[in-house]
Amino acid sequence: MRELEYPFDNSYILKHKKLLKRKLLEENNNYIEKKIALLGGSTTSDVKLILELFLLNYGIKAEFYESEYNKYWEDAMFDNEKLMEFKPDIIYIHTTNKNILEYPLITDKNSDVKAKLEREYERYSTMWNHLFETYNCTIIQNNFDYPTYRLLGNKDATDIRGKVNFLTRLNLKFGEYAEEHQNFFICDLNYISASYGLDAWADEFYYYMYKYALSVSAIPTLAYQIANIIKAILGKNKKALVLDLDNTLWGGVVGDDGVENLVIGPETPESQVYTDFQQYIKLHKDMGILLNVDSKNDEKNALDGLNHPDGILKPNDFIVIKANWEPKSSNLEEISKELNIGIDSFVFVDDNPAEREIIRQNFPNVGIPDLDSPYKYIKLIDHQGYFEGLNLSKEDYNKTEMYKENIERKKSMSSFKNYEDYLISLEMTSTIDEFTSNYMARIAQLTNKSNQFNLTTKRYTQAEIEDVAREQEYITLYGSLKDKFGDNGVVSVIIAHQKGEKLDIDLWIMSCRVLKRDMEYAMMDALQKEAKKRGVKEIYGYYYPTLKNGMVRDFYGLQGFEKIEEDEHRNTVWKFIVTDNYENKNKYIKVEDKNE
Amino acid sequence: MSREEIFKELDEIFREVFDDESIHVTEETKADDIEDWDSLEHINLIVAIEEHFNMKFNMNEVTTMKNVGEMVDIILERI
Repeated sequence: MRELEYPFDNSYILKHKKLLKRKLLEENNNYIEKKIALLGGSTTSDVKLILELFLLNYGIKAEFYESEYNKYWEDAMFDNEKLMEFKPDIIYIHTTNKNILEYPLITDKNSDVKAKLEREYERYSTMWNHLFETYNCTIIQNNFDYPTYRLLGNKDATDIRGKVNFLTRLNLKFGEYAEEHQNFFICDLNYISASYGLDAWADEFYYYMYKYALSVSAIPTLAYQIANIIKAILGKNKKALVLDLDNTLWGGVVGDDGVENLVIGPETPESQVYTDFQQYIKLHKDMGILLNVDSKNDEKNALDGLNHPDGILKPNDFIVIKANWEPKSSNLEEISKELNIGIDSFVFVDDNPAEREIIRQNFPNVGIPDLDSPYKYIKLIDHQGYFEGLNLSKEDYNKTEMYKENIERKKSMSSFKNYEDYLISLEMTSTIDEFTSNYMARIAQLTNKSNQFNLTTKRYTQAEIEDVAREQEYITLYGSLKDKFGDNGVVSVIIAHQKGEKLDIDLWIMSCRVLKRDMEYAMMDALQKEAKKRGVKEIYGYYYPTLKNGMVRDFYGLQGFEKIEEDEHRNTVWKFIVTDNYENKNKYIKVEDKNE
Repeated sequence: MSREEIFKELDEIFREVFDDESIHVTEETKADDIEDWDSLEHINLIVAIEEHFNMKFNMNEVTTMKNVGEMVDIILERI
């Protein structure tokens, strides 16, 4: 919804929140449902209501628990039946500099200040530890916005008795905790308030009148940032950029002006703008964002432009380059197919409003920043929070290479007469094992990203993944796949739970990158083996249809299950009898079992 | 701007804030008369009105206004 996309109009949102909610609920009925507890150190009413809107806009329907005014500490630390019953998936702690109990005094000795810093920090770290133990969920914690006055003026920043200095150091300690805890995320109030403008942010009128720790007008700005963190936790980040070339990555039109006349490089203010923009885009590649080109150009001209000696981005940085005269929407669709990722995962970057409008009409969930002047490109993309960084996994750093290898595989496939020979030529090896700690982030990521090869479309946070990995009655399996072109990393996950001699499969997913490679059979073999070892006699598989997972409708049939139930929504239940004469189905992957 | 005109514009603002097209405010309308008009929604209403008329209420006024008529008195004073 345009009203909720950056740059949005804060006062419009505040004034029309009821209307917006109504419209959002009418538009969509395909939501991820999550429970969010909001523990506040000041009034949270509108924070909740506006957060709800931004989340709905991301396809997340939140049920809220809201603490009483300034009862965050009590709610977190003491027996809390209501919160226990609520079972939060995410706890957001909305505290601000108003909640500091003991600021340093000008008369304090160094040791006093140090002790105050420790006490303040421990009050929070104790609370987080307690919340993790009690609720085992994800925590989002505000760090601190700067104070409204500086007793020492500029020296407040450097004198350890200054409030600015105190809050800066406290924020660093919060940051360290976040580095050490995977399910803990900081909502960077310090940056958000600075970016908004601290004086406007801390309009004390709203504090004295309603005990809001920030100006009511700033609430949408904050709520948007919280929503960005939450959507990222739930695997709804964007994954790829699709970029126009002329007047987007450089100034001028390569086909008309010639490569030598493109505006890029250190010479002029305008050419510096494009250089910096290319640099900004290139930084995304190392973060695992897939770069692609969708440009109306002859391919030769496009490549010549990308080989400009002053350019930062080179053809090699991109996975798919579509430079032709087809409609951009069909190019985008093809890029989506070639990369095998959903079209909603793309951000379309184009200076031409007409092209953007066509994409918006066809694919409303593609990220489409409204570019205007080139010097604003970076800010306009960056403030969208498309790629909110969480726990980057090893796979992310190598992603461009992995996708390129995949395209190589496709090419090599066409040189074989039959598919079996091709599979043999890939020299595949796989590791299949129970969930281990190094892979928790990647496994959680996969459970939230997989839509097509996903039998039940059940989503897990990392905390929940760690939870099932610990439980005795759960069988958890991850599978990674290597071949001669490279390492695909973790590509398949199964979660099943045992009740006596029966085993229910809660989740079976696979990355579509490795479809038709026998990986699904290798997983079945491993599941069967583990089930048998545990004395399971019957395995039950469930298929719940969604708009996206039609490809696995008969998956369990192919694995030798028998369909035993189908309801009016076409949900199906499948049964597999564990026998002694099971024959492994996977023929082409060499599986390294860590337990052997 | 006349008193009547302000009432007309207030109708619009009230309808938007409370998402209810049937709202019509008069001199005597008070918080009890509108279902969702509680102390928290009062803030949003005040913010919307301040922005629309480009004026500010003071703290005392925000908490002591008894009805829309008093609100209009203050708006008239400031614009």
